[in-house]
Amino acid sequence: MNEIKQVSGSGVPLLLDDIDTDRIIPARFLRCVTFDGLGEYAFEDDREQDPNHTFNNEKYRSGSVLIAGRNFGCGSSREHAPQSLIRWGIKAIIAESFAEIFFGNCTALGTPVVCASRDDLEKLTKLVEEDPSREISVDIESKKVTSGDFECDITILDSARNALLSGQWDFMNLLLENEAATREASQKIPYLNQFAT
Amino acid sequence: MSDTQNLFNKVWDLHTVSTLPSGQTQLFVGLHLIHEVTSPQAFAMLRERGLKVMYPDQTWATVDHIVPTDNQARPFADALAEEMMSAIEKNCREFGVTLLDLDDDRQGIVHVVGPEQGLTQPGQIIVCGDSHTSTHGAFGAIAFGIGTSQVAGVLATQTLALGRPKVRKIEVTGELAPGVYAKDVTLHIIRKLGVKGGIGYAYEYSGEVFDRMTMEERMTVCNMSIEGGARCGYINPDQTTVEYLRGRPNAPQGEEFEKGAKWWLSLASGPDAEYDDIVTFDAADIEPTVTWGINPEQALGVSENIPDAADYPQEDQAGIREAYEYMDLQPGQSITGVKVDVTFIGSCTNGRISDLREAAAIAKGRKVAEGVKALVVPGSQQVLKQAVAEGLDKIFEEAGFEWRAAGCSMCLAMNPDKLKGRELCASSSNRNFKGRQGSPTGRTLLMSPAMVTAAAINGCVSDVREMLEPVGV
Repeated sequence: MNEIKQVSGSGVPLLLDDIDTDRIIPARFLRCVTFDGLGEYAFEDDREQDPNHTFNNEKYRSGSVLIAGRNFGCGSSREHAPQSLIRWGIKAIIAESFAEIFFGNCTALGTPVVCASRDDLEKLTKLVEEDPSREISVDIESKKVTSGDFECDITILDSARNALLSGQWDFMNLLLENEAATREASQKIPYLNQFAT
Repeated sequence: MSDTQNLFNKVWDLHTVSTLPSGQTQLFVGLHLIHEVTSPQAFAMLRERGLKVMYPDQTWATVDHIVPTDNQARPFADALAEEMMSAIEKNCREFGVTLLDLDDDRQGIVHVVGPEQGLTQPGQIIVCGDSHTSTHGAFGAIAFGIGTSQVAGVLATQTLALGRPKVRKIEVTGELAPGVYAKDVTLHIIRKLGVKGGIGYAYEYSGEVFDRMTMEERMTVCNMSIEGGARCGYINPDQTTVEYLRGRPNAPQGEEFEKGAKWWLSLASGPDAEYDDIVTFDAADIEPTVTWGINPEQALGVSENIPDAADYPQEDQAGIREAYEYMDLQPGQSITGVKVDVTFIGSCTNGRISDLREAAAIAKGRKVAEGVKALVVPGSQQVLKQAVAEGLDKIFEEAGFEWRAAGCSMCLAMNPDKLKGRELCASSSNRNFKGRQGSPTGRTLLMSPAMVTAAAINGCVSDVREMLEPVGV
């Protein structure tokens, strides 16, 4: 079991809203049969058009705690999006809110994604911009983000929090253990049993 | 089953295998659809762990995202695309999964094929590594997109872990005016409830407008649920649903069909069903709707002007300004008359036969404007075959449209169909995100297939209601 109670690292500020997964990893990079190598293409098109994009900025290159806005990861279900961020170096994301499929994908990969208020995200962004090397700690257990004197509350779905804390985020083994119950459940589903009453 | 239970909760409870220690539900998956883009890594995970596909008969595969829609000769010109084709062919062969490949006339966009082949049925839980899996909710199934790790989990265990969402009923009352289509209804809902309005919810669409819709129209509405933030959306099964399924290849047959139909109808939310939220819209307020910005909620009625950022809450204003800049559109400007370079009819949202019929009715006897590249891409080989039988391909070609083979095409540009540079595309697809159609600076306006056709003919965004009368003859 790989229990995840707390993640820390320096910040990567990207406080923008409605960032969709096409922008995180444009579709042409999905032409692949492994996730290896996706890290270098994270935000490829945004970086190309904006030399000052966070992911172009050397100051943040060693960062691992991404700070984002509302509805982060909306759009396509592509797991390539969290996979590319993780391979770039991201270990946790703090945002105002997340799209659900993206949230589930991150949790299934053992990457904590947590919500904080806009006000706190703005404060944290300012601190990181002033000192990119400052350490940020995302504590799943106490539901707090701390960085030096800064501290704020975070929210995370209980089920995701429990999965991370217990190390059961890698759900495959857990689901496999219930094979007998799965077969039993299938017996009561009408369309799998010729609608026998 | 309790009378107060809505369809969503009935289906959820029926498929519950266990409650996991995290509090999530382990759900049995009745139909698992896979395609070439989000499955190769999942099969690799199975190989690493020495696992098999637990229910290969409940698992169906097709190819859609990367297939070219002009020259489909193998090997594909794009070596990466060819590698993905080989991968899904090898994976399906080794793991015993049926693949509707390019040489199978049942191939097409996964969300067009499932219903067409009678695989999609009411009361199922359906998943696919694709966010537009919500389409299948049109049948009263609970259908949603999942990531690749979950695809691996479903392949190996036929289950997945998920928290139960809340259910919001969205009623649309009254009657749609001529020239207003299912696409306009869904764009209107997203415009009003926002792209994140559905987070944490499943959407139940009900009311007179959905009751009257055909199954294909219902699919268009449910398809776009995810664009409103709702992972799934559904419509209660009724006689329209039953008649659509009757005689389909993988639907039950004979006496079993009648038993099935009875069960399907019994799942529908009753008059006393309870919801976490209810929202009502009036069909009379919906006109042909077009997106003008960079997410699907940035939309307007075709007779309206592009809104002023100042009319939005403070927190939304930066996004609105970003959209003006990217789209090169100004507040106060009329959306009609905006020049288009490319038009695209197709996708899992609007690539079905009824969509092509609606578009052909506008295209007939008219010509695509000079300088406009106009594509028509059927959603499946079956749709293509039917369209040819009805002569729709000829109508489109005579009008100057390019008639293509089935695939996802320019909806997401993982294949050779892409925008170039700053081109602006009137599109019947589902996403107007920056760069979505293949050019990092390309621009997309979402609208109904009929509205796309009107834009192709006039060379600019136009009100299709002015073109509903047939020409010449």
